[in-house]
Amino acid sequence: MGSFKGLDFLHIDDLLSEEEIMVRTMTRDFVSDAVMPVIEDAYENAYFPRDLIGQVGELGMLGANLPEKYGCAGLGPVAYGLICQELERGDSGLRSFVSVQGSLAMWPIFAYGTEEQKMKWLPGMAKGELIGCFGLTEPDHGSDPGGMITRAKKDGNEWVLNGAKMWITNGTIADVAVVWAQTDDKIQGFLVEKGMKGFTAPEQKRKFSLRASVTSELVFDDVRVPEANRLPGVAGLKGPLGCLTQARYGIAWGGIGAAMACFDEALQYTKGREQFGKPLAGFQLMQQNFAEMLTEITKAQLVAWRLGKLKEDGKIRPQHVSFAKRNNIKMALDVARTCRDMLGANGITAEYQAMRHMCNLESVYTYEGTHNIHTLILGQDVTGIAAFG
Amino acid sequence: MNIVVCIKRVPATDSRIKIGADGTSIDPAQIEWIISPYDEFAVEAALQMKEAAGGGEVTILTLGPAESTKELRTCLAMGADKAVLLKDADASSRDATATAALLAEAIGDLNADLVLCGKQAIDRDQGQVGTLLAAKLGLPCVTEIRKLEITDGKANVERAGEDGTSETYNVALPAVLTCTKGLNEPRYASLKGIMMAKKKPIDERDVSAADGALQLASLELPPPRRDGRIVGEGVEAVPELVRLLREEAKVL
Ligand SMILES: Cc1cc2nc3c(=O)[nH]c(=O)nc-3n(C[C@H](O)[C@H](O)[C@H](O)COP(=O)(O)OP(=O)(O)OC[C@H]3O[C@@H](n4cnc5c(N)ncnc54)[C@H](O)[C@@H]3O)c2cc1C
Repeated sequence: MGSFKGLDFLHIDDLLSEEEIMVRTMTRDFVSDAVMPVIEDAYENAYFPRDLIGQVGELGMLGANLPEKYGCAGLGPVAYGLICQELERGDSGLRSFVSVQGSLAMWPIFAYGTEEQKMKWLPGMAKGELIGCFGLTEPDHGSDPGGMITRAKKDGNEWVLNGAKMWITNGTIADVAVVWAQTDDKIQGFLVEKGMKGFTAPEQKRKFSLRASVTSELVFDDVRVPEANRLPGVAGLKGPLGCLTQARYGIAWGGIGAAMACFDEALQYTKGREQFGKPLAGFQLMQQNFAEMLTEITKAQLVAWRLGKLKEDGKIRPQHVSFAKRNNIKMALDVARTCRDMLGANGITAEYQAMRHMCNLESVYTYEGTHNIHTLILGQDVTGIAAFG
Repeated sequence: MNIVVCIKRVPATDSRIKIGADGTSIDPAQIEWIISPYDEFAVEAALQMKEAAGGGEVTILTLGPAESTKELRTCLAMGADKAVLLKDADASSRDATATAALLAEAIGDLNADLVLCGKQAIDRDQGQVGTLLAAKLGLPCVTEIRKLEITDGKANVERAGEDGTSETYNVALPAVLTCTKGLNEPRYASLKGIMMAKKKPIDERDVSAADGALQLASLELPPPRRDGRIVGEGVEAVPELVRLLREEAKVL
């Protein structure tokens, strides 16, 4: 296979600044050189390639959009999105790591934390020396996190946590978990540290998706968390939802990367493989696939770019992000499935990427608000009537 | 120490080249441009020397089209301090002698203790500029270095000699060194570096050069690759294959 070629049918690159293109080029080169050689083995054998953590940290990809004061690069939204896109071109697992670290762990500390909490955690997390995770989902509360049963009870200058979280990316390897728990009157966020008594984070195994990513349970058995570890800047469900808006923004870009990886692979493959005496790419049905995928990927690129500009201008609403996550991840999943088919039997093997991306995207379709939930968010936005319950 | 690194904007190695309408240049449409990879070794070497010395200045110099700011900006993002762009309206037809003359003129003002180049630019692969530049500047030159150390104001460099030997030279500074693979692993521009690069200066100068003594008369793509031939199967085919490789292909 030749080197990866991105897709830019409508010259969307003309909308990007020199700096944004430089960020994309660097990340794309990094993924080609450092991720592609290791990702297939990691996926097949179900481990997260932890050597990459220091590398993405050194390059500044962790919390890349947070300010320099905390050891971060202070990137704009489009550049940050392009990083997610390129990382997910490699694997959704790596992009998930970066999204969770940056948007779901560093961001709430940045947005809701005290200055002491920020200085304690953010610089080390930016370097990848400290790892974070985000605990919202519970075994019995996924799409309706408001129903959570994890409890935090005040006891003197401490909070006592009881309950469990599930499907938590980075859980087992995390030094700090941003945990959302129900207090007497409202949901609040707590920084639960590795090694706190009563806190365990066993890994969830036997996944068919996001195999190169750590997914864990978080179990709290009378864990005593100091008041200094509570995030004072927010209360209620809008705390975790604010984080999710950040992460979903990156995910909307990430889907484009996975789709472009599959598209590029299918194009090279069908040009090279002959059946019935000519290259597969020369058949009308294959070309229809390419025309459809080209159209959908290009539309998704425009959506992501526009979303970035809205974020830059401070006009973004969570519903915009839902729109983009919903559209772009469905698009990516469809593209991956189509490409998987276009590769025939080879498409089901680890030699090629399509099936890995396809399986990964099943998780991405579900996490950070399922496709259905984003549909309902948009439905409510249009009609003014909530249809969740 | 002041280090000047000469780089060139070239088509990416995997670009599909088309000949332009003038018949002597490549069509720039749809081509992805990069820093010539040997020049990246030179940039990395300069940055490492600056870091080891805990000071000094790295200036990136290029002669090329106005768009070369992109490649210069990448070097600044990697950690170089400033850049000079000699804007060449005829970049695609500039010959090595004129290139070296223009670079030498610019280096004259830069007070360089050391000039680093790639051993060749991967577009035309002529490998002339480094040595011509040294001649113009009247400086010693070692080509294709794969190790570099500065001690007591001298450069100690290693290059591959004949038959797998290694040659080591001590070179008085200032000098011109051309770099090859093995010297180092060029770093990525970090995101912080990219953000900082915005604020670093690129000095853009218009240059004009007399017509070079040589002109490219024509540029042609290689003939399409011929289909392979199956000589036979299994061990029986080996003698015939060896014969063909020896007599027809003349590779043995
Ligand atoms: C690999 C992976 C990593 C994850 N990482 C994290 C993490 O780091 N942190 C974290 O907190 N969570 C994480 N999650 C959890 C994820 O966010 C949840 O799985 C998701 O919110 C869905 O919840 P659920 O699995 O309980 O599904 P459910 O909510 O039970 O949904 C099941 C199905 O019902 C549909 N559905 C639910 N409600 C409605 C409705 N009102 N109308 C119509 N359809 C509905 C859903 O769309 C879905 O199709 C991760 C999940 C995965 C798979």
